[in-house]
Amino acid sequence: MSHHEMSVEDVRKHVRVYLLVLAALMVLTAVTVGVFYLHLPIAAAVLVALAVASVKGTLVACYFMHLISERGLVFWILGLIAIFFAALMFLPVLTDMDSAGV
Amino acid sequence: MEPHPITGMYNGKFGIWLFLASEVMLFGALFSTYILLRVGAPEGTWPQHGADILNVPLAAFNTVVLIGSSVTMVMAWAYLKMKRIGMGQLFLAATFLLAGTFLVVKYFEYTEKFHHYAVFLNARMAVEGYEGQVTTISGHLAADSPALTRASNTGAYQAPEFVILEPDPPKGGGDHPPVVRIDGAQIKRLSDFGPRHSTFLATYFTMTGLHGLHIVGGMIVIGYFLATGSRFASHNLDKYANRIECTGLYWHFVDLVWIFLFPVLYLL
Amino acid sequence: MSDHAHSHGDHDLPFWKKYVFSVDHKVIGVQYALTALVFLFFGFSLMMIMRWQLAYPGRPIPLIGAMLSGTLAADGVLVGDGYNILGAMHGTIMVFLGIVPLAVGGFGNFVLPLQIGAPDMAFPRLNMASYWVFFVGGVIMIGSMFTKTSGAGSGWTMYPPLAVTAAYGETIWLVGMVFLITSSLLGSVNFIVTTIQLRARGLSFFRLPFFVWAQLVTAFLLLLAFPPLEAAAALQLMDRVVGTSFFMPEGLVLSTVHLSHLSGGGNPVLWQHLFWFLAHPEVYVLILPGMGIIAEVIANNTRKPLWGYKSLVYSVIFLGFMSFIVWAHHMFMTGMGTTLSTFFQATTMIISVPSVIILTCLIISLYGAAIRFTVPMLFALAFLPMFAIGGLTGLPLGLTASDIQLHDTYYVIGHFHYVVAPGTIFAMFAGIYYWFPKATGRKMSDWLGKLHFWPSFIFINAVFMPMFFQGMAGVLRRQYDQTEQLAGAASHGLTLMSSWGAWLLALAQIPFIVNFFWSIWKGQRVSDNPWHATTLEWAAPSPPPHGNFPAVPVVYSGPYEYSVPGVSEDFCPQNVALEA
Repeated sequence: MSHHEMSVEDVRKHVRVYLLVLAALMVLTAVTVGVFYLHLPIAAAVLVALAVASVKGTLVACYFMHLISERGLVFWILGLIAIFFAALMFLPVLTDMDSAGV
Repeated sequence: MEPHPITGMYNGKFGIWLFLASEVMLFGALFSTYILLRVGAPEGTWPQHGADILNVPLAAFNTVVLIGSSVTMVMAWAYLKMKRIGMGQLFLAATFLLAGTFLVVKYFEYTEKFHHYAVFLNARMAVEGYEGQVTTISGHLAADSPALTRASNTGAYQAPEFVILEPDPPKGGGDHPPVVRIDGAQIKRLSDFGPRHSTFLATYFTMTGLHGLHIVGGMIVIGYFLATGSRFASHNLDKYANRIECTGLYWHFVDLVWIFLFPVLYLL
Repeated sequence: MSDHAHSHGDHDLPFWKKYVFSVDHKVIGVQYALTALVFLFFGFSLMMIMRWQLAYPGRPIPLIGAMLSGTLAADGVLVGDGYNILGAMHGTIMVFLGIVPLAVGGFGNFVLPLQIGAPDMAFPRLNMASYWVFFVGGVIMIGSMFTKTSGAGSGWTMYPPLAVTAAYGETIWLVGMVFLITSSLLGSVNFIVTTIQLRARGLSFFRLPFFVWAQLVTAFLLLLAFPPLEAAAALQLMDRVVGTSFFMPEGLVLSTVHLSHLSGGGNPVLWQHLFWFLAHPEVYVLILPGMGIIAEVIANNTRKPLWGYKSLVYSVIFLGFMSFIVWAHHMFMTGMGTTLSTFFQATTMIISVPSVIILTCLIISLYGAAIRFTVPMLFALAFLPMFAIGGLTGLPLGLTASDIQLHDTYYVIGHFHYVVAPGTIFAMFAGIYYWFPKATGRKMSDWLGKLHFWPSFIFINAVFMPMFFQGMAGVLRRQYDQTEQLAGAASHGLTLMSSWGAWLLALAQIPFIVNFFWSIWKGQRVSDNPWHATTLEWAAPSPPPHGNFPAVPVVYSGPYEYSVPGVSEDFCPQNVALEA
């Protein structure tokens, strides 16, 4: 769906969505900080923090950045980025595991 | 500007998404650095939680501010699409102000760090108010502590004759321990809580600093549109709305990075 | 978002807007190409100085020895630090200031919009910005050689802790690198958007010339692989300027002095990861445009469609993807552990498959052809076995067991130079001879071209072939005085062969330089399509005006409709409909 063909009514509906997403993001931020005060063990803390951040990030990407109404090609390119990003994140650490003694 | 049948986007929007893809790799490299350095950090050099050193309430406030600015940004675009230029520019101004607020808070966060000092000791020492023996004492310099000088070749602080420190409260909580005097001979290294302090703080300053530079860049673009927007919009509203949309994509990305930066640096 | 339908007359613009700060992709392409050729010449000269020291250690350099500064030479004799500075700059200049700007900035900018039937790039002003940021970055990079205390001399790879603790020039090098990366990123966005969104009607993806596919994949590599190096450069700048310890481990001692003012806790291998995450895709950036050029020249001079077009396309896409997950084969000697080493060894072996497929398709394309031995074709034919040697010699380096013996020896230098020098640079020459008529409306001289080709081919092999043998014998790289290593006379003979090969290779370029400049003004005038080629750029006038095509082209067929049965001419341009 191209934004060119969006009528004023469509945009108004979008505005409602933006406000809903804002509320959700505020709640999730509170959750992020609140969970911190639970002082979970490190592995659980990392998982929860990244999970919550991922949900927040997905909301921003899908609704503020309109990703949810975009075509497939963009998803393909972004998916590709995600794979390379994952490689960049984890392969260097894995190569160090033997010597790091983790 | 007509959207292209294959991507469904006009050129500028596709271009911005590609640029954001490269930005993901840029910040990704820094997150990778964080992971590698933390996993390989020698015992005791990395804080248990970022919150031990960093200010969580300020950063949480900043998170709310930045998310708010993301909403005002997309609202600005929405109002422009609804052909209400005045409201659009108003929300753009709100975005600018919220971004400025973020930077001001960051300024206070940073300066607080540069007035906070860590003394790394040559040998373990028993210090009143702390449990057991410590190798590091952090705190603020007392008024009667001698002025610090930096070595000309490295820029690091030189060990002074002595240091009088008002130590921080111990980790579990409690009162400030009494003022302590440390002789120069006992000091292995003296540092403020800037990037030199440890790889954790080096990573913190680099990641938040780069993020901050991105905010400044965004503010410059938004500022430019605030100044020239009304005229541009009356000339070609569709094109102007597209430009704001592209700026918005960049801005949401900057918010996205912070959404990950905040828990990783401050809470984990 | 950008008005690419220029309505203003080209002749209205003042000189500086038409030729200096132009937004026309063709002008920008020529700017990139000329700047890159100057940098290439400079980088080549640095190496020629180095080769004197290698061939005749301790003897003053003739002619220019006296002119070299104190940091580089003492009484005309190259000193160790000077050798290292020249070596680091040679690598940096050739890779970042020479090949990529020529292959991507030069050829990509000039040819790509023409080959897809577009009037210009998607973002012309961004294109212009890319060039000038590159230019400034290049000046800064070269500037890093001329600082008072020293130049950047820690290899083009700038490994810490040496690079962090070394003298001043490194900081400037890092700043230059940030500029170059920025230029590259802006350019790659332009290329991708242009290729996907600005194709002429009828030009579907599988009707694109292979050159365009090669440039598209290259652009993706530049877009996604460069940012980690930018991050790394920023981190090393922090280490050098601010005193952080991203790459400085705990307890580091430098010349008996313990660096106690540092926090420590850093990891030198982190730099290697971030550097090679870019630098491996970077080598594919170096070769892919070259392969694209060779494909065009071969199709044109065999008068047949390329064999295995689809295989070529799928291979180049797969190659691009794989290039992101092989990087640690440069780091086998860092103590990674066998599991990860095996992973990278496997991916490295896998990535050789698409390379071989591409080379095979190009070779099979020659079968049954009536080959026209034009000057571009000579370079293209030479490319094939040269790239084969370069590629095959990479295999023992990609296998961990043999890499133990060969890492950091002259074998590595021989391997990568074969791919880049008689590989890519020959492809660049082929491209220049091939597209010169499109850019100028004149042909370069054929006999000068052959006078350039044959000596170059012979001497370039003379330079690099000995290096494989030296490397296998254990001669280490980056050593300014090989006397101790080269115990036997035979090995020294090989060094002499490489050095003399290099100097004679330089002489062999003189016909090219003369030919190039003479032909711009006095070359034989030719028609719009002197090579009788099928791709779209040849449908435009020579040189193309601002906006490229008098009428927007429509494409009816694939890119290599040569020798079509039933058609009187032996080629059918893409924008001409075949008889039904």
